Formats: sequence, C-alpha cells, structure tokens
Amino acid sequence: MTSHPASQSPTLPLAAGALPKPVATHLETLEPKQAREMAHVLGLTPAEFENVLLVQGRYPSLTELYIYSLMWSEHCSYKHSKKQLRRFKSDGPRVLQGPGENAGVVSVGDGWAVAFKMESHNHPSAIEPFEGAATGVGGIIRDIFTMGARPIASLNSLRFGSLEEPRQRYLFDGAVAGIGSYGNCLGVPTVGGEVFFENAYGGNCLINAMAVGLMRESELIRAVGSGPGNHVVLLGSSTGRDGIGGASVLASQEFDEAAENKRPAVQVGDPFEEKLLIEVCLELLKRGRFVALGDLGAAGLTSSAAEMACRGGVGIDLDVGQVPQRESNMQPFEIMVSESQERMLAVVKPKDWQSVQATCQRWQIACTIIGSITDSGRFVVRDSRLPTHANIVADMPAAMLAESAPEYDPPRQRPAWLDELQGFDLDGLLRAPPRLPAELRWVSGETGLGFSVALDDAGLDDDAGLNDASSNNNFEAATKSRLDRDREAGAAINPGSELDLRAEKATNAGSELDLLTQAKALLASPNICSRAWIWRQYDHQVLNNTVVLPGADAAVMRIGDTGRGAMSQRGIALSTDCNGRYCYLDPYRGAQLALAEATRNLACVGAEPIAITDCLNFGNPEKPEVFYTFEQAVRGLADACSHWNIPVVSGNVSFYNESFGNAIYPTPIVGALGVLSDVALALSAGFKNAGDVVILIGTTLNELGGSEYLQLFYGRVVGQPPALDSDLEQAVQGVTRAAIAQGLLASAHDCSEGGIFVALAESCILGGLGASITLDGSLSAISSLFSESASRIVTSCSLANSQRFVALLKEWGVPYRIVGQTGNSGGDTENGSRVRSDSTPAELLSIGACDKAAHIPAGAPRTRHVHNVPSDTQGGAEDTTHAHSASFDMQGGGEHAHNTSWRLTWSLAELSHLYNSGLEQALKTA
Amino acid sequence: MTRIGVVTFPGTLDDRDALRAVRLAGADGVALWHADADLRGVDAVILPGGFSYGDYLRCGAIARFSPIMDAVGRFAQQGRPVMGICNGFQILTEAHLLPGALIRNSGLKFICAEVALYLEDSVCQWLTPQEVTSHSRTAAENNHQVRHHHARQLEATKRVVRLPINHNEGNYICDVPTLAKLQAQGQIVLRYCAPDGSCLADGSAPNGALDNIAGICNRQGNVFGLMPHPERVCDGISGNTDGASFFNTIAQTLRSIEQ
Repeated sequence: MTSHPASQSPTLPLAAGALPKPVATHLETLEPKQAREMAHVLGLTPAEFENVLLVQGRYPSLTELYIYSLMWSEHCSYKHSKKQLRRFKSDGPRVLQGPGENAGVVSVGDGWAVAFKMESHNHPSAIEPFEGAATGVGGIIRDIFTMGARPIASLNSLRFGSLEEPRQRYLFDGAVAGIGSYGNCLGVPTVGGEVFFENAYGGNCLINAMAVGLMRESELIRAVGSGPGNHVVLLGSSTGRDGIGGASVLASQEFDEAAENKRPAVQVGDPFEEKLLIEVCLELLKRGRFVALGDLGAAGLTSSAAEMACRGGVGIDLDVGQVPQRESNMQPFEIMVSESQERMLAVVKPKDWQSVQATCQRWQIACTIIGSITDSGRFVVRDSRLPTHANIVADMPAAMLAESAPEYDPPRQRPAWLDELQGFDLDGLLRAPPRLPAELRWVSGETGLGFSVALDDAGLDDDAGLNDASSNNNFEAATKSRLDRDREAGAAINPGSELDLRAEKATNAGSELDLLTQAKALLASPNICSRAWIWRQYDHQVLNNTVVLPGADAAVMRIGDTGRGAMSQRGIALSTDCNGRYCYLDPYRGAQLALAEATRNLACVGAEPIAITDCLNFGNPEKPEVFYTFEQAVRGLADACSHWNIPVVSGNVSFYNESFGNAIYPTPIVGALGVLSDVALALSAGFKNAGDVVILIGTTLNELGGSEYLQLFYGRVVGQPPALDSDLEQAVQGVTRAAIAQGLLASAHDCSEGGIFVALAESCILGGLGASITLDGSLSAISSLFSESASRIVTSCSLANSQRFVALLKEWGVPYRIVGQTGNSGGDTENGSRVRSDSTPAELLSIGACDKAAHIPAGAPRTRHVHNVPSDTQGGAEDTTHAHSASFDMQGGGEHAHNTSWRLTWSLAELSHLYNSGLEQALKTA
Repeated sequence: MTRIGVVTFPGTLDDRDALRAVRLAGADGVALWHADADLRGVDAVILPGGFSYGDYLRCGAIARFSPIMDAVGRFAQQGRPVMGICNGFQILTEAHLLPGALIRNSGLKFICAEVALYLEDSVCQWLTPQEVTSHSRTAAENNHQVRHHHARQLEATKRVVRLPINHNEGNYICDVPTLAKLQAQGQIVLRYCAPDGSCLADGSAPNGALDNIAGICNRQGNVFGLMPHPERVCDGISGNTDGASFFNTIAQTLRSIEQ
C-alpha cells in the first residue's frame, strides 16, 4: 500500500501486481501525449493520470480514460469528502442499509421499512431549470425503487438568489414547474420541502430532491452483481448523447461564462417511461427475477456497472454494440458515459430471462441483454460493431473503479471573515432605522391592501400604523354579535386586559417604518410567506397516503397500503431543513441547527426522528476556506447526530457550487424521517378552537444574528447564529411528542425564521383564528418578536388540557410560558376596533409584552435552563399574569432598558392576505 | 358481490386509490388492463386519473385507442355505469362518450388544491340512488322519477362538497349548442362554486372551465366524467369524506339490482 503525505496525491489500495489479468489481447490505446492532454481535458489531475498508468500498466484507451475520469470524478468518488463523511454515525437498531447503496433503509416497525435519500441536481438546474429539476426528481426516485421500495413521497429543498432578479425568477419558476411536471406525471406525491432566497445562491441555485419509498423489510434488494454467467440487462430508454459528461463536466467544476455552452450536458426527462419502469421493476423484484438492480444516474452505464461489479467482487463484460441507441454513430465511450434518463441495469439469471422479457413487454418497456457477469475481475467493454478480434475497447480491473477511487484530505483554513461576521456590532446596526426593501413596498398601506389596527387602552397615535380608518361602519355592525360572543368565550383568560399597554415607540424613534409594518413585511417576504404558490403545482395527494398536507411543519404519511390492503396504524413524518445563513456565520453550529429544526418539525406533528439523509452543498473543496466550512459542518452534524442518537443512512455531497469564484453559503440540508406510532394523532400547526391556551415552549433570547429580520431590513447577514443547547432541544422535542401522544395539544408549530411573530401569525392564519398574546417584557420588542432562538415551539391546548400539559412541561423540566389564548375578535377593547374583512372572520392577532415578568436580577448567571417557575403558581391557565418565565441569558447586559410594556395588533385578514400572496407578489415585481 | 372495474392504462396513477375507494364502498374492486378487450363481467367501470401515455399528445388521445376502450364503449351504450375521473374524464371526451373537451388550465399552471363543488340536479346515475332500474331500462326512461328523487335526496344531504382537483388540463370547453343541451337536459353534474355554495362568475373557476363545469354526464346519465378526485377523500385520512358518496351510491344501486 502506498501512502502519501498530505493532500494532493491519491492512494492506491492495491499494488498493481495484484490486479486481475487483462482479458484483451488487442486493444487500441492512446498515444502518450494525446492521453495526457485528454486526461487534463477530462479533469484528471496529473497524479490521478499516473495512477491510471499504474493500474493499467500501459497507456489507456479513449474509453478507459473516460471511464476513469468519471469514476474518479468528485461526483462519483467523493474523493474530497469521503474521509470527513466517516464521522457520521450510520448504524443503529433500525438501520437495515446504511450509506454506500443507492439509498438508506430503516425499519419503521410492523415489518415495514422505509428507503430514503436526498440528492442534488444543482448544476444542471442552474443551466436549464425545468429539465434539471425534473431529472433530479427522476434520479432520486430511481434510487428508491432500486432498493425494492415503492416510492411514496418526494420532497425538495431549493435555494435561489433574490427574486428581484429576472433570472432568479426564471430559475425558480422553471425548477418548480420541472419538479411538478415530473413528480405529477410519475404519480409520486410531492409532500413537502423548503425554499430560500438569498443572494449567495444567485450564481448557483440549489435543487436538492429527496425521495422516500416503502417496502416490507424482507423485500430489500441491493445492487450487488453476482453469479458469473448471469445476464446483465439494460431496461428502459434508449441511449443518446444527452448528459454526456454531466458528472465530470457539470458537477465537478465551477461555473463560468462557458456555462451556457454546457446546455447539451443536461439530460431530458421522460416521467412516463419512469412510471412504467417503476411498475416493471417492482413486479419483477417481487417475483424474485432480479439478482441485482441498479439505476443509471450520474456517469450512466459506467458507474452503474462498475459499482455493481465492485460490490459483488466480480467482473463484468459489456457490449456497447447491444445497447439500444437513439442516435447514430455513437462511439463506445459515448455509450458508456451517456446520462440518458430512465434506464436501469439488472442482473438476471438465464433461466429467468424469458419471464423478465414477458413482463417488460406487457409494460412496453425495452429490455436488452448487454453483457454478462464474469469471474475475471475485469471491467471489459467491447463493441460488437467492430471486427471480433479487435472489439474490446476497455479492459480494466473492476475493483479499482468504484471502491478504490482516490481519496484526498485537502488543506483547510478558518476563513478570516468568520471572526468579523460573528463579532459584528448588532446593537450598533440596529440603532439605524430599518429600511423597507423595494420589493416589499406593496406591503405598506399605500397600496390600499387593507390596514393595520393598533389597539391599546391608551389610544394609539396614527403613526403606529393606522393607515385606513374609513368606511367601517357597516363592518362594525356586522361583527358586533361576533365580538360579543368571543368576548364571552375569551373571558376565561384575558392577558391583555390587566396590562398597562403602550405602543412600542422607543424602537421606532425617527423611523417611518413602524413595528406593525415591519412585521407585515416580514410575513410577506419571500423567505417567510406561504409556499402554497409552489405546492399547488405539485400533486401532493396521489396514492392517498398524505395525512398532513404541505404547508405544515412536516409532511405526515400513513403507511401500509401499497396495493396489499390493510393499513398500518403507524405513520411516517418527513421534513427537510437548513438555514444557510446560520451555516455561513458558523458552519459547525449551523449544521447542528439544521438537524435541530428538521427534527423539531417532526416533533411538532408528533413524530420521533429515527434517521436522516443529507445533501451537503458547498463550494470548491480545493479552496482551504471552503473545505474548512465543509469539515466544520460535517463535524457539527455528526456530533449532533451522535448526541441525539440519530443515524445518517444516506446522503450526497455537492461541491463546486460556485460561480465566478463566489461560493454559495455552506448548505448542509438535512432530510429527517420520523415515526408516529398512531398516525391518527398527527398534529398540525394551525390553531383549532377559540379560547385555547397558547403556550410557548422554550426560551427567547436576544438572538437576531443571521436572522431574516436583519437581512430584510438591514441587508446584512452578520452576527452569531442562535445558540443551541442539545439537551434543551431534545427535551423540548420530547415533551412536545409526549403531549401529542397523550392527546393534550390542539396545535404545535416550530418557531424559527421570523421568530415568534411569524410562528404565531402562521398558527393564526392556518387555523383562521386570531390570538391575544402577552410575551415576557425583558427583551426589546424587536427581539421578542423576531429573534430566532432555537428550541422553541408554539403550542395551543384546550383549557381543560392545559393543567396536564403544564404538569408535563414541569416534569420534563422544560422552560415554558403561557402567553395567551386563541381567538381574538377585538374583545379587549370597548371601542376602536375598526377592522374590515370580506370573507375571513374579523379576527385579530394581538401581541404585547408585560414588564411584570421581567424580574431578572442584574448580572444573573448565563444559563438557559434554570426553570424559574414561581413557587406560588399552580400552573393553571388562569394564571397568565404570573408568567412562568425562565431566566434569561443576559449577555450584553443592556436588556433592562427594554423592559417596556407594549402591544401591537394586526387584522388576521390582512396578515392572511400578505402571507398568502407573498410569493406571487415577489414574482410580479419586475 | 357487486364488482366494479378499474382500468389501468400505461401511465395511470390513481388506479390503486380508485380500487381502495371501491372497496370502501363495499364493492369488489376488479383491476382491468388496457390491453385486454374483456371487462371481466364487472357491473360498472371506472377510468381513473393519471397521465396515460404520459399525456405527451393531447390528454387521453392515445388511451382511447386501447383495446379495452371498445369494450367500455359497448358497455356504455348498453346504459351501464362508467365513470371517468380526471384523466379518465379526458379519455371519455376523446372517445366521444361525453361531449366537449378539457383544455389547459386558464392560469397555465398545474393546480393541486381542495375546492368547493356544487352538486347540481342532474340525471347522473352515479350520484342518484336508483329505486327501480335494470340494464334494459335506461335512466332516461326513469328521468322524471330520478330527478324528483335526486332533489329529495340532496336536500337531505349536502349539496356543497369539497374535493381535491389535480390537473393541468381541466378547463372544460364545448360549443354553444352543446352547452345549452347539457344545461337543459340535466347533464351538468358538478360545478365549481364558492365555499358557501354560491355561484362563481363565469370564467372564475380555478381552471377557467366554461360555465364552471367540473363534471358532466351523458343524456342517459350512465356515463359520468369529472375533473375532481373523489377517490382521494373517501376514508377521512385528511379529515374529509366528501368523496365517499361518489362510490357508495352506485354500489348501493348495483347491489339492489343484484337482489
């Protein structure tokens, strides 16, 4: 074994002498000079080329060189990431198949298993968004049914630049249409996902697709070739020149001016063909007709056949002359590296061949024997179109292709700008007045889109957001009876009534942008607003297993009926997450926060996380600063997974996400899988009944670093991302799951981007109910509303259940605060409730703060988990003025100055409108 | 036991869902294959949704030439019940078993959403309990009785249902004389409506459909096509069971014929 000191040389695990003997007696090799030049063009480093010579013992043929360049490309070999990826915990009692196969597989109980994986299709999509995104979906779904599982759900994580730019709108619109077009036609529901718009992705969008499949544990199959003499069979589409060099050209290099010329390297999808392939493959797998099955993805036939041979420790003999071609005069290397979509490679015993043919014929799917498994240990490619004595075009040791690709340990260096970003003076920044971004001007009252109402006992000045006070007489009459009714219903808890309410003015001094408008703009901003515009274009219900529809914290699917009849009581929950800003500011913590939020989303529907997949999107790993962020993110994620005992069972790394030298934010996207023991108990995020008690689990700190608020109104991504206390996070999720399992909760919603305000507004909008909320007054209004502290969940429960829930929270030792009640028809005020609405109820969302709770001694110790529940409280819901507050982290020490009482009120109808039309407005703004 | 067939074309996606809905209605679901010319003795046929042949040509334009469609055509002419859901509706119009056509949504985007629909007074057998009927006696002959009964039935239940729609080409269109006939003969079965059941202005259906039409039947009432997906909301998985009656009523009728 050769060992190489540091980074830039690959290692060869086998001495060349131990390699299996060549098969070919005659093979046309390249001239030395030509070979070197070609190797360079194909992206092989000089050291890698030397290894090719070593392995082959001669100069390679053109086909061989192509094959090496693909198999040793970053995309196929993970040569820069492999070492880091070993940090991940990937085992556990539920894991049936960890990384290394087409997808990870875990047991979800009752004999059911779930196969799932996430994969990037960033580079093709940046060139041609519709086909790039569509074939991304197609590829990841093939990875799922390859394992023997029926695909039951698909999700996606998308990142684009600002929608202000026409090109970004084109990419976004095209990618969404592509995902929809493929998934809808395929009959796999697109049940969830996320999208984020940020300038860092402007030159290199991210399209990460996740697919999930269901099977019986016994049906698991692996892509391991075996049995010399068995047929190697190609199923599905014919092979063309589309996608040639996709893996090596697109996915393993940065973008530059030449990107547009690479358009032919993007494949075109045919979802109809893939639908038929699913049915054929699942039918044949079930009848045991395949020894092995693999899909043709990146690097096409080369990668699929080589991996199969490698895993099985066998040789393979392929004849490209037998491959059905859709273009004429295709060279052997073209056939080997083509990335034409919707093709599968299977190993079939000769005795089963007729049966395979019959099934394929029934579904009108082409199937062709293109080679055989051998015991030579060689990867042999021949072209039967050539004369027999000279028809071998490649003859390579199979084991060297996939499992023995080079492995690098690149240099890394902590970027100097990290300190600058983290140490940024946020307080100083916030002293400047916030600016309303141009694309959100439509939010302010000038456009006539409704108005805000601010209500308080002191009577609010007009400058606090009362933009339209005309013609409300009819409305008042119409809602009077409703107000009366709600006042009665709300009499049990009325946190606002005892407070001395004043409008928040200190923060807005000298600013035209009052807090009411800031909140509205935030809710309407493309990163926060409703994603309905997207998921309305996706079939999210086909197969009829979707229990919780998109728009919730996590998708919930029932399991059991894949055509067999009885349903299992169990369900699964799915969520994807990552905040690239957090990872940019602190890659280690950012990756952990991604896991925390993805699993918190699962907790909000009542599911326990059992495994994750990931898609790690980074810039050029050969740049030490980029590699540093990669290593940190992997370490962060790996540490958190180990701490929470969640295995990483599959994943994908996408490097070279740069354009013109600028890397994207480090974006390690986490796709989490959870299990619900009773799917009927799955919870959603919207408030359910007026008069329910709203309880905020977790504590809010002054954490605006990397927040949507900062970016939106100050145009800055700076500061420290929110802190993460692993044990607290686990307890917050645990108590939420426990409460849901006991049927105590009416709603639960993760509190993340946009802070408490957004979480409350979403629960109100989704439930069509307002709320009356009083927060702790120890933070500034801006921090109270928009801080993105981790480990928080907004819950609601009936008055009757609230005592049991509070008892449970105490039992778990989790900080919480009873913040108010649902349903708010302006009952707090005797007059002045001037709200207009057309069809939605005239509900209000009213949020205030009370300084009575701010009894924090100066210089209190820095701690998050002192559960400082006053001993005199009984935990009853009526007791809201004695807030169950936790101690607060007093970093900065100046928070006392913000101990104010304030109250802000929005019309729910207006918030709904802003939230629901945010994306459409952003797309309209030219 | 009542047997209801569900046809699978290449690219059909909702066959499993339709079979499940049939089973929930207490009938026996029979899987039918597009390449067979035989309906296997079923009592009713459902053409489920999906993207037959990828919908790469006009939706349903290739599927209508499948061998099984000859059998379905004869079955329909005998006055026996056929329902086409979504892509099935498109196939029925392509096969001229129903008038008109489904063109691209007016908003030029695929729409997946739950919408409100109004159950009109119609001659549709799939939604109208048939007290006395037989294969030889068509719904047209029973028309008066049927409509009277239907109106009574609907008053007792709800006329506004919520069903998911899920299509790119659901914008119903036909010529003026055909529309007049559909209206006059009680062939409009479902219309898109406001959540409270009130009428939408013409052209304001989610997909832009003419006269807000979401579902129609033939003159006899035995062939029924609709764009919404009742089979997805039968068992209350997401809290809605409004689709169940689209399978229960016909199953009951067929059972009473058996007895």
